[in-house]
Amino acid sequence: MAPVLDPMIGRYLRLDIDGTRHRLYFEEAGQGIPLVCLHTAGADNRQFRHLLADPEITSRFRVIAFDMPWHGKSTPPEGWEKTEYRLTTASYTAAIRAFCQALELDRPVVMGCSIGGRIVLNLAIAHATEFRALVALEAADFQQPWYDTAWLHRPDVHGGEVCAALISGLIAPQSPPTSRHETLWMYMQGGPGIFKGDLYFYRVDGDLREKVKSIDTTVCPLYLLTGEYDFSCTAEDTLRTAAQIPGAEVQVMKELGHFPMSENPARFREYILPVLEKIASGS
Amino acid sequence: MSPADRFARLPDLLADDADLLRRGHWLNVECRVDIGTEPFHLTLAQGAIAAFDRGPRLMRSTVFTVRGTAEAWRNHWQKIPAPGWHDLFALTKRGAASLEGDLRPLLQNLQFFKDLLALPRRLPEQL
Repeated sequence: MAPVLDPMIGRYLRLDIDGTRHRLYFEEAGQGIPLVCLHTAGADNRQFRHLLADPEITSRFRVIAFDMPWHGKSTPPEGWEKTEYRLTTASYTAAIRAFCQALELDRPVVMGCSIGGRIVLNLAIAHATEFRALVALEAADFQQPWYDTAWLHRPDVHGGEVCAALISGLIAPQSPPTSRHETLWMYMQGGPGIFKGDLYFYRVDGDLREKVKSIDTTVCPLYLLTGEYDFSCTAEDTLRTAAQIPGAEVQVMKELGHFPMSENPARFREYILPVLEKIASGS
Repeated sequence: MSPADRFARLPDLLADDADLLRRGHWLNVECRVDIGTEPFHLTLAQGAIAAFDRGPRLMRSTVFTVRGTAEAWRNHWQKIPAPGWHDLFALTKRGAASLEGDLRPLLQNLQFFKDLLALPRRLPEQL
């Protein structure tokens, strides 16, 4: 019997980000418009595996999902053991732009979730001309914190298990158990302190209130989609953000939470296919 | 049946959940859960309920306390809870519940406690 293979292919990309050498892992599938996918804090590109395996998407899009520096199978930069990881607006933006340039992508679409959604807003603010369209999942200009991140990295609490247990409540109760637990598994596998370091960007450095008003959707279309069960980035947070951006298309997704692409791929597909259709047709 | 009456079924619900008992195997703690105005004192030993006391107990010490309004628990225990009522931290974020005391054992066993506190969801709705 022939082997049963998923269609995506994984490679390692060598590149400099802000003068530091990196070796980033990414997976890709499909041909057409480049669609770069950004995973959530403390996770990795596997969250997008269902998009990478969806012929309706890969027939028109070259879907590319990379592990951010320090995440997944990307090799942490030399000397990582001597520093405390902290993601910032500047470092996150630099990583995305460097990745797109290194792969020589021509005005890609970028779709990010959670911190990936927040940084997509920053791309719309500061680098809109470089992108064909931007899709922000579970994104807002600001969100009220709901726990103390000091619990995420300390020797007397298992980092992976506490990260997964905290975010488990952000998954909608309707999501299939298998997808729920696969989503949690990725959180259990993050490097020590990495989820916490990502949230530095989310909570301290990445406040985009006021700045989102400068987004010009005639330069680059912007789509915002948020799950109704996401109490970290609530539907109200996203709607408030979208209301400040003329031309932004916003949708609240029923029976979905903070990880739509991995917690319930079939349900998410119903929402994202029409968005990708619009982008592909240039409308 | 009041939310406190539902929570009073917790010992039987936990005893019937072999997977949750397995996951709580390393847990030994005394804690308190308030269902509206009614306190419950739990003594957990290796993840099982060793003692379960309903109602005020004078000067009973506790490592940590989870408090929620009756409305919070009633909504939390719906078969499919509505958005904003479906998780312990959704409740605390909206101000319908609070966590007090030494939270370390709670955070060390967070998924266990979330699942434990959600067990009354399994009771028939008409109770």
